[in-house]
Amino acid sequence: MQQETQATFRIWRGDASGGGFADYPTTVSEGMVVLDAVHQIQAEQANDLAVRWNCKAGKCGSCSAEINGKPRLMCMTRLNELDMSQPVTVEPMKAFPLVRDLVTDVSWNYRVKQGIKPFKPREPDAPDGTWRIAQSDVDRVQEFRKCIECYLCQDVCHVLRDHQKHDEFIGPRYLVYAAALEMHPLDTEDRIPELRQAHGIGYCNITKCCTAVCPEHITITDNAIIPLKERVVDDAFDPVGKLVKIFSRRHT
Amino acid sequence: MADYQTHEHDVLVIGAGGAGLRAAIEAAAGGASVGLVCKSLLGKAHTVMAEGGVAASLANVDDRDNWKVHFADTMRGGQYMNNWRMAELHAKEAPDRVRELEAWGALFDRTADGRILQRNFGGHKYPRLAHVGDRTGLEMIRTLQDHGVHQGIDVHMEVTVVTLLKDGDRVAGAFGYDRERGRFRLFRAKAIVLATGGIGRAFRITSNSWEYTGDGQSLAYHAGAELKDMEFVQFHPTGMVWPPSVRGILVTEGVRGEGGILVNSEGKRFMFDDIPENYRSQTADTPEEGWRYVQGDKDARRPPELLTRDHVARCIMREVREGRGSPHGGVFLDIAWIKEKLPNAAEVIRKKLPSMYHQFKQLADIDITTTPMEVGPTTHYAMGGVNVDGDTQMSSVPGLFAAGEVAAGLHGANRLGGNSLSDLLVFGQRAGHHAAVWAASHSAGTVDRAEVDQWATRTLEPFERGASAEAPYQVQHDLQDSMQDLVGIVRTESDMQTALERIAQLRVRAGRTGTGGNREYNPGWHTALDLDNLLTVSEAITRSALERKESRGGHFRDDYPSKDDAFASFNILVRKGADGAMQLERRPIPQMTAELATIIEENR
Repeated sequence: MQQETQATFRIWRGDASGGGFADYPTTVSEGMVVLDAVHQIQAEQANDLAVRWNCKAGKCGSCSAEINGKPRLMCMTRLNELDMSQPVTVEPMKAFPLVRDLVTDVSWNYRVKQGIKPFKPREPDAPDGTWRIAQSDVDRVQEFRKCIECYLCQDVCHVLRDHQKHDEFIGPRYLVYAAALEMHPLDTEDRIPELRQAHGIGYCNITKCCTAVCPEHITITDNAIIPLKERVVDDAFDPVGKLVKIFSRRHT
Repeated sequence: MADYQTHEHDVLVIGAGGAGLRAAIEAAAGGASVGLVCKSLLGKAHTVMAEGGVAASLANVDDRDNWKVHFADTMRGGQYMNNWRMAELHAKEAPDRVRELEAWGALFDRTADGRILQRNFGGHKYPRLAHVGDRTGLEMIRTLQDHGVHQGIDVHMEVTVVTLLKDGDRVAGAFGYDRERGRFRLFRAKAIVLATGGIGRAFRITSNSWEYTGDGQSLAYHAGAELKDMEFVQFHPTGMVWPPSVRGILVTEGVRGEGGILVNSEGKRFMFDDIPENYRSQTADTPEEGWRYVQGDKDARRPPELLTRDHVARCIMREVREGRGSPHGGVFLDIAWIKEKLPNAAEVIRKKLPSMYHQFKQLADIDITTTPMEVGPTTHYAMGGVNVDGDTQMSSVPGLFAAGEVAAGLHGANRLGGNSLSDLLVFGQRAGHHAAVWAASHSAGTVDRAEVDQWATRTLEPFERGASAEAPYQVQHDLQDSMQDLVGIVRTESDMQTALERIAQLRVRAGRTGTGGNREYNPGWHTALDLDNLLTVSEAITRSALERKESRGGHFRDDYPSKDDAFASFNILVRKGADGAMQLERRPIPQMTAELATIIEENR
């Protein structure tokens, strides 16, 4: 019942000091994803092939890589979507330093998150010491909270990938994170000044590459980044409006 | 002298899923300096996979719910093998732990009046699971992570611990390596919290990722702690069965909570055929009543698809074995049928079960709004684990704590869905608190440097043997096959005796495994080092399962297919004997307090 065919995977091997592609022929069957093939090669031909993975169901965001040049999750890329008559290239993400083979050092992302002001809720205002929140207010930010932190959006962003502006720009993942906090129905913190300066939101010129690669289909540019840019602009160039906002925030 | 980096903490937490993160946050709040070790990157642990929700008697949807009903449900589900003190604390404290998450930024789905919405789940009398669609685990771990990183916790990502270190009887530290560069790390700590999760990788078909190799259970066992209830392994009834590469990936119980039904190849809804006596009064008589229940009718009783996981898994196995299975060896789980009841069914399914919709669409080319899923049992959860004190979560080794799946007690012979996420929060908090208290009242122990050097040498042995030695992946696969085939859902004396022989042979082979390459991010090396943990927990499961000559909860014996009262009064404990061999003990379950016994009677 199961169709088996031969395929070749052209996998990047090496570390920060250098390396190159190696071809691995292997047998593939119906329903397999790229991560299955990589595991099979690891178990049978290259025990020390470095690859990060966890859930194998598109929920943890660990197995990010570039498959035939496109940033994707290995566990969610089925072989029947690819041209199997040609070798399938699998290489590590380019926006982060290489550790070895398919594994990159993504620790920069964790440092960036730490630098964003944390959630600060308003005082509980329901009689039972909690809050009442409308589902519609929850729905507005749920899209952003689906993020699995695979960093594919960071990988594809030219500001990081090509221009290496890691010290000046937090990248699409953290603009989504900031949007989730800014639009959280209970949050009272103001992150707009940092977004404009330290977080470098102005670097984003809305090419929407991040939206195109998001495995969770978050509309990163339109729903997160552009509304944040609007807030930044309002804040910087509409001082009267800003005063009104500060005033109303204190009294809600 | 081995070359290693030393870290000193008051409290070291090993494992950074929900339990580990919650423990670290609490220990830090208690004034301790905290180190948090995770085998993966932070935020990727298995908690992320939890779908259905977190059980807490908030009574937002049905005001008849309270901690007493939750307690009674948990004990009934666990077949009264539970540590009743843990079941009591869990039921009482879960609501506060959930509300606390909201104060840290979690956003649960809401009721019409703006409170946290709760859904039905197997074994829970009332709608009790706070949830966010079907990605509750992600919401929880991200909330804990984003809160935790601002509490001054030192996070050690991608570090594996290979042994605990003791000073006399008490725990004094841990030794391991970082996966990225392969450098050794020595952790000195006054107290250690194990929060390493489960053992799923001991079996071939599992919902667990590579990390779940029984590390915490094995570390504790070798350090002299007791393991309890190891025979009780939960086989979740609904894992994916096709395509082969995704076999075992979880299909949330939430599908059944939203009205999904189980059907065999003859189109028959078979769960009505076999309803256990102790659940008969709580179970719907007709499909129509079951549908009213999932739609929130308080007078209706739950459909049989929402019976406990052990029972549903065995019913599915029966259908498959008797030739009424689906084409790929499972049965059909159908949520698409609700279109007969709801005009906007497809929209409801996509809204309530978004990640299931995507999972099947992307991995199996199946649209669950029109087509039934094929599902079958998958190794999911260890009810057993490190034996701990119910209040403090301390093991029998002073200064060594355990919380979450790695600890035993709360779930008894079978865990109810949703009780795992609440377990993480309640006992993560308790373990973190008590570890900080312990650390404040004890000085640091002394670590034996010679012992550390021995461990460093032993850890590097796979490189000495090289790539031409026994392949670690092959040993792991052979163990998984043995456990799946011989100590799986249906067990017998002779199969398990065979399993013990195979485990002994595999132990010899594990000692001969080697790897090529170098110490930098080398999965072959890591797999070789994890084998001892897998073999230790496999042996503990098998020996405990041989000892329990009855069927109860997650443990089913074909040669003793009934529950036996003679086995109702004790738990089975495992510890390492002075000669290094595994010892078993039948330990009586302590007498329950009169108050709790009354609650159980009132909720019969």
